[in-house]
Amino acid sequence: MKSRYSIFSLMRNALSYHEKWPEAWRSPEPKPSYDVIIVGGGGHGLATAYYLAKLHGIHNVAVIERGWLGGGNTGRNTTIVRSNYLWDESAALYEHALKLWEGMSQELNYNVMFSQRGVMNLAHNQHDLRELSRRINANRLNGVDSEFLTPQQIKDLVPIIDLRGNGRYPVLGASMQRRGGTARHDAVAWGYARRADEQGVDIIQECPVHGFEIENGKVVGVQTAKGLIKAKKVGVVVAGHSSVMAEMAGIRLPLVSHPLQALVSEPVKPVIDTVVMSNAIHAYISQSDKGELVIGAGVDKYVGYGQRGSLPVTEETLAAVCELFPSLKRMRMMRQWGGIVDTCPDASPIISKTPVEGFFINCGWGTGGFKATPGSGWVFADTIANDRPHPLNEAFSLERFNSGYLVDEHGAAAVAH
Amino acid sequence: MPARFRLTQGGLIDRSKPVSFQFNGKVYLGFEGDTLASALIANGVHLVGRSFKYHRPRGIMSAGAEEANALIQVGEGARSDPNLRATQIELVDGLVASSQNCWPSVEFDVSIVNNFASRLLPSGFYYKTFMWPASFWMTYESAIRKAAGLGKAPEGPDPDSYDKTFAHCDVLVVGAGPSGLTAALSAGRAGARVILAEQDNALGGDLLSEADAEIQGQPALEWVEGARAELEGLENVRILTRTQCYGYFDHNFIGLMQNLTDHLPQNAKPASLPRHRLWKLRAKQVLLATGAIERPLVFSDNDRPGIMLASACRTYVNRYGVKPGKKAVIFTNNDGAYAAALDLHKAGIHVAAIVDLRSDPEGPMTEQAREAGLRILGNHAVIATAGDKRVKAVLVAPLSEDGEKVYGGGEKIDCDLVAVSGGWNPTVHLHSQSRGKIVFDDDYACFVPGTPAQESVTAGACSGNFGLGACLTQGHDAGIATAAKTGFKAKGRKRAPPKAEDRNFLPARWMWLVPGDKPLGHGGKHFVDVQNDVTAADLHLALREGYRSIEHVKRYTTTGMGTDQGKTSNVNAIGIVAGHFGCPIPNVGVTTFRPPYTPVTFGVFAGRDVGDLLDPVRKTPMHALHEHAGAAFEDVGQWKRPWYFPIAGEDMHQAVNREVKACRDSLGVMDASTLGKIDIQGKDAAEFLNRIYTNAWSQLKVGACRYGLMLGEDGMVMDDGVTSRLGENHFLMTTTTGNAAPVLGHLEEYLQTEWPELEVYLTSVTEQFATISLAGPNARNLLAELTDIDLSAEAFPFMTLREGTAAGIPARVFRISFTGDLSYEINVPASYGAALWQTVMTAGEKYGITPYGTEAMHVLRAEKGFIIVGQETDGSVTPFDLGMDWIVSKKKDFVGRRSLFRADMSKDDRKQLVGLLTDVPEQVLPEGAQLVEKVEDKPPMKMLGHVTSSYHSPNVGRSIAMALIKGGRARMGSKLYAPLADGKVVTCTVTGVVFYDKEGERTRG
Repeated sequence: MKSRYSIFSLMRNALSYHEKWPEAWRSPEPKPSYDVIIVGGGGHGLATAYYLAKLHGIHNVAVIERGWLGGGNTGRNTTIVRSNYLWDESAALYEHALKLWEGMSQELNYNVMFSQRGVMNLAHNQHDLRELSRRINANRLNGVDSEFLTPQQIKDLVPIIDLRGNGRYPVLGASMQRRGGTARHDAVAWGYARRADEQGVDIIQECPVHGFEIENGKVVGVQTAKGLIKAKKVGVVVAGHSSVMAEMAGIRLPLVSHPLQALVSEPVKPVIDTVVMSNAIHAYISQSDKGELVIGAGVDKYVGYGQRGSLPVTEETLAAVCELFPSLKRMRMMRQWGGIVDTCPDASPIISKTPVEGFFINCGWGTGGFKATPGSGWVFADTIANDRPHPLNEAFSLERFNSGYLVDEHGAAAVAH
Repeated sequence: MPARFRLTQGGLIDRSKPVSFQFNGKVYLGFEGDTLASALIANGVHLVGRSFKYHRPRGIMSAGAEEANALIQVGEGARSDPNLRATQIELVDGLVASSQNCWPSVEFDVSIVNNFASRLLPSGFYYKTFMWPASFWMTYESAIRKAAGLGKAPEGPDPDSYDKTFAHCDVLVVGAGPSGLTAALSAGRAGARVILAEQDNALGGDLLSEADAEIQGQPALEWVEGARAELEGLENVRILTRTQCYGYFDHNFIGLMQNLTDHLPQNAKPASLPRHRLWKLRAKQVLLATGAIERPLVFSDNDRPGIMLASACRTYVNRYGVKPGKKAVIFTNNDGAYAAALDLHKAGIHVAAIVDLRSDPEGPMTEQAREAGLRILGNHAVIATAGDKRVKAVLVAPLSEDGEKVYGGGEKIDCDLVAVSGGWNPTVHLHSQSRGKIVFDDDYACFVPGTPAQESVTAGACSGNFGLGACLTQGHDAGIATAAKTGFKAKGRKRAPPKAEDRNFLPARWMWLVPGDKPLGHGGKHFVDVQNDVTAADLHLALREGYRSIEHVKRYTTTGMGTDQGKTSNVNAIGIVAGHFGCPIPNVGVTTFRPPYTPVTFGVFAGRDVGDLLDPVRKTPMHALHEHAGAAFEDVGQWKRPWYFPIAGEDMHQAVNREVKACRDSLGVMDASTLGKIDIQGKDAAEFLNRIYTNAWSQLKVGACRYGLMLGEDGMVMDDGVTSRLGENHFLMTTTTGNAAPVLGHLEEYLQTEWPELEVYLTSVTEQFATISLAGPNARNLLAELTDIDLSAEAFPFMTLREGTAAGIPARVFRISFTGDLSYEINVPASYGAALWQTVMTAGEKYGITPYGTEAMHVLRAEKGFIIVGQETDGSVTPFDLGMDWIVSKKKDFVGRRSLFRADMSKDDRKQLVGLLTDVPEQVLPEGAQLVEKVEDKPPMKMLGHVTSSYHSPNVGRSIAMALIKGGRARMGSKLYAPLADGKVVTCTVTGVVFYDKEGERTRG
C-alpha cells in the first residue's frame, strides 16, 4: 500500500516540508485494452472501479473522464446523505449505501468527513404529517432509523427556525434520521480515486468519449479523444449526460435532464447543526464545516444541459429560507451554481444491463445521487462483474419501464422532480 | 481634531462633516465620504482582522470590492452583518464595527497557535487525519466547525425590508469609470434607453483615485462632473449608483443589487425605503466597462498589515486624504506602481525604496520617479518581511537572471507600508458568467474577454485596454455601436471621443512567484489567497499529490473559495500552477466564474415575498362566516379550508363526530368552493374528455354528470372529479382542490403539444363560483324552500344538474354526492356565496343544519369507501389497484392507457385498496401505519402495505380504515398487524372498503 494517511504520516512529512507526499493517483496514458472501462469519473464511477478491483478481483480497469474527477454532480451537490426512502427496494439500496458511508473514511483511509448530524424533513400541513408518518413507519420496519420530532423538539435542535412560518408554512413536525448527515463531496471522489489507483485502476482525465464500438450486439471498445480503447465490458455512469452517452450505443433512456441549482452563503460561525429539508417550500439547508450555509433549490422547470440555475428558482428558494429562518435574511449568497440531474419517470435510478451485451448503465439518480455513491458503485461493480443484477438493484432495471414495475419515489426527494 | 494620519488637504471627503464610529469598542472619528477602511487608516488602525486558518494578523489590502482581508462585522443583534468588506462600507454616524474570527481580541488571539503549528496544517491536512478512532469524527468536527466560519450570523429576525423591481433598457452600461461614462454618453446621446450601473457611490471609477489625470485638458474629475450632469439631463438615461451588477444570466438577463440605506445613519433611513433592491433587468445590449483589479505579488510573508496594493495606496491618499503609512516601500514588476510611489511621495510619505523586479526599470513613470529622486532597486525582490501586527521592515535582495533565486543576505529596509503591484487583471467576471470566452493576453499577462456569447461588448480596462485615452475612445465607440444595434443611430455631427494621455503599466517583468530567502515552504509563507491562508507551497503540494486540474487545485487548497472568490488570487494561482508545470498559462485554464460578483443579501431575493405574501392565501367567499363560526382551518394547497366547526368546548373528535352524525341524520352543509373548476368548450370538447379520462364521454347527455378518473402518462391515477355536460360542446370539470392548477397545466399541455387539431378551450373558473354542498336526508326539503327547480327524484335524478335559482340567485345545482347521502351542490357566482350560505343556514335551522369541515367530509366518504386522490393514491396506484376496473374503458385510448396495460401492472400482488376493521372496535389505526402479516421481534419486518385513511365513524359505530395492501383483495377476512413506534401492535381484519349503506340507497333516494 502506498503512503498511509494518519496524524503520524502528517507529522513525519512535516519534517520534510511535505515535499515527499506521493501522488494520490497516477495520471497514466490509456492502455490499448481493459477488462472493464467505466465511463464517468464522478463518485459513482470511481466507486465502481474501486469495488470491481477490491471485491471482484478485476484490476484491469480504466475510468475515463471527460474533464476532471468529481467535476460533475459529485462536486456540485449539497452533500446530504440519508437513507429514509419510502419503498422497500429504495430503502435497501440507500441503507446499504449508508452503511458503507459509516466506514468510508477508514475504508478509503481518506477523511470524507461524513458527519452524522441528522437529517430532518419538515411537515407543514396535515397531508405532510400523514406522509411523514407513513414514511417513518416504513423506515422503521425496514430497519432504517427514523423518528418523529414534535415542533418543540425541532426548535431545540434548530433554535433559529421560526415554527410559525408566519402562519403560512407553520412547522407541524418532522421526520428525523439521526444517522443521516453530510460529507465532503470532493473527498469522496478523491478518496475512491486514490484507492482505485492503488488497486491498479487507470484513471484517465481530460478524455471525452466519442462513441462505442459495438460488434454483433456486443460492446468491444470505446472511442475516445485518446483513440480507441478496447474493452470487454463498459459501464456508463455519467449522470446528466446519460441520454447522450447511451444514444451513442443506440440505447434510448427514459430520462429527462434538468438544471438543478445550489448556493452557499459567506462562511459564519455555527448556526445550524443539522440538515433541514422542506419539501413543501422546496428548500434545504445545512452548514458546511467551513461555515457556509449550503442551500439546495428546486429544479429549473425547463430541460437543458446548461450547468447553471435560473434566477427565479434562486428567488423562490431564498424566500423560503428567509421564511423558515428569518434571522438569515441578512446573510449573503457567495456563490451559486447548477448541475444537470437526470430523472426517470418514477424518480428512481437505473442500474442495469442493457440490450447491448457487455454494456451497463447506471443513471437516473435525479436530485439524490450523492448519498448513494458507495452503494451505487458497490452494486454496479457486482452487476458488471457477474453480468447480472445484484438483488439490491434487481428492481432498478431498465426493463421496468416496459413491464411497469416502477419504484415511485417522487415523495422521497426534497424537491419535486 | 483630525485623525493622526489624515492629510491636511485633498481627497473627496467632506471635512465639514465629521462622523463618529466604533471599532472594537473604541470610538473614532472620520469624515463623510470615508469608507470604514479609510477612516481606520486615518486613525492609524491597520490590524483589523485575523486570517481564517492561521489567525495571522491582517490589515487592509485594497480599497475596493476585491478586499480579501479586512472583513468586518457591522451592527449588532438582529441588524448584524458579518463579513462586510471594510473597503466598501461607507462610513456612517453611529456605525458599530468589530473584528471577526479572533478571541479574546484582534490584538491578542489565542488561535495564533495555529500559525506556530502551521507545519502540521498544510492544505488538505484534514483529509489525512481525524480518522482515528472512527467514532471521534463528530467530536473533531465540532471543534473544527467552531474554529471555522468568519463572522457571526445575525441574531434574531431581520427587521429590515427588501424589494425587487423589473427593468428593461436598450443598453446597460456596467461601471461608470472613464469607458463606462463615455459609453453611456454616446449611447444616451443617440437616444437609446440607457441604464448606467455603478457599484460605488460616485461616478468616475479609477479617476476618483487619480491626483492629476486630465481629460480634454481639464482635471479628470471636472470632466466626470460634466459627464454626470449631461447624463442626468438625458431623459433616456438612468444612473444607478451603489448598485452591484452581480449576475449575468441567459438572454441578457441581469441581476443587480442596489444598496439604498446602508450608507445612512439608522435614524435617517426613510421608512419608505427598503434596505436593498434587486433589479431584474433585461437589456438589449450589455456594455461591460467593469475595469480591472490590481494583482498582488506573491512573496514571502506578504500578508502583514501594512502590505497593500499600490493602487489602493493611491486611492487612500488621493480619494480619502489619508496616509496609509509613514515610510513606504514599493514592490513592483511594472511601471504602473511608480504612480503610487509618486503620489505617496507628494503626500509627504517617505518612499524608502522602489523594489522593482525588472532588471532595467524603464517607462514614463519610472523616469518621473528618478527625477523625483526616489531610490529604485532594479532586479531586486522583497524576499522577506518583518513585523507582527504591522509590517516594520522588508528584506530586499538582487535576483538571479532567471528570477528563480536571490543573491546575498539582502538589505533590510525599515517601513510601515509596502505598496505592491503585480500587474492588472481585467474584471472579466460578468463576461465569463455570460458564457463569453476568455483568452490569455501574453503582453499584459492577464485574461481578457474573448468572443461574447450574448449581445454584449466590453470596453476599457475590462477588455484589456489600459490607457486612459484608449478607454475613453473605446467606451465612446462602443456606446455608439451598441446604441445603433438597438436602433438608435448617432445624431448630427460625428463627435470625437474626449482626449486624454494614453499610457499603461508596461513594460513589466512577469513573475508569478517571487523567491524568498529560504526554499518555498521552508519558512516564510508566500500567500496566494490571504483569506483562506493558501500559500504557494500549498499549491505545489496539491500538484505534487496529483491534484493537477486547476479545479482540483482550487478545491484541495481552497484557493479562491473565500468571500472574494479569488479576485486577487486566482490568476496568481494559475500562474504558479503553470510555472510548476512549465507550461503556458492557457493550458492550465481557469475555474468557472459564477454569480454573484460580490455577495448578495438573501433578503433581496425574497423581496416582499415574505410572510403573508410568500405564497397567496386563498380564501373562499364564505371564509369570514366560517371564521365567525369559530371554524378551525387546515391548509390545502394555497387554500384555507374549514377543518371542523367546534362549538362550546368541543375538541376536534367531538366536533367531527357531531358533524358526521348530522349529515346522516338530518342535514349538513359544507363549503366546497375550493374544488378546481375548469370550463371546457369547443366542438371537440367531448372527444377531448374521452382522451383525458379513462371512461367514455361521448354519450353523456346534456344536463348529466359523470365521475371521471384521469391518469398520468405512467398509467397512475392523477386526479378525479365529476364533470358535467352543460351543453353539446360545453362541459364543467371539477378537480381536487390541490390539483386544480396541475390538472389545467396537464390539459393544456396535451391540447397544445399533442392534439393541436382539437378545437377545445379551457378556462379556470374555480374562483368564479362559490359552491355549497347540502348533504343529508333533509337536503331536498331545505333546497325545495329555496329554489324554483323541480327536485323530485324523477325530474332531477342522481348524477344530473339543473339550472335555476337558489335563494333568488342564478344557480347551477348538481345532484352529486361525496358523502354517500342525499346531496346537492349549488354553484352560484362567487360574490353571492356568502349571501347564499347565510340564507341556507337560517332556513336550515329547523333541520338543525350543521356546517361540516374537511375532516367530517373525509369520514363520510370513507364510510362509503370513496377515495381521496393524494391519500388513497400516491402516484403509484392504478385504477385496478383501487378496484375501479369499471371506470376503465376497454374500447378507446386515453392518456396513460399504454402504461396501464404493461405486464406488471395487472399482477395480483400489487397493492390493492381494501378496508380494515380493528379487532378492538374503539381502536383507531394511525394513518400511515404499516401492516405486516407476521410481527417479528425487531425490524426488519416484511411489510404488506399501509393505512391510507382511518377514522372513528359514529355512523358505523366503530373505527374504520382503508389501506393499500399487497394482494389485498385476496386477503379478505385475514388478519393483519400494525406494529407501531411505541411498541404496541394493532390487530385488524381485511374487509371491503364500503362500510355504510352498501347498496347506495341513500344517495339515490
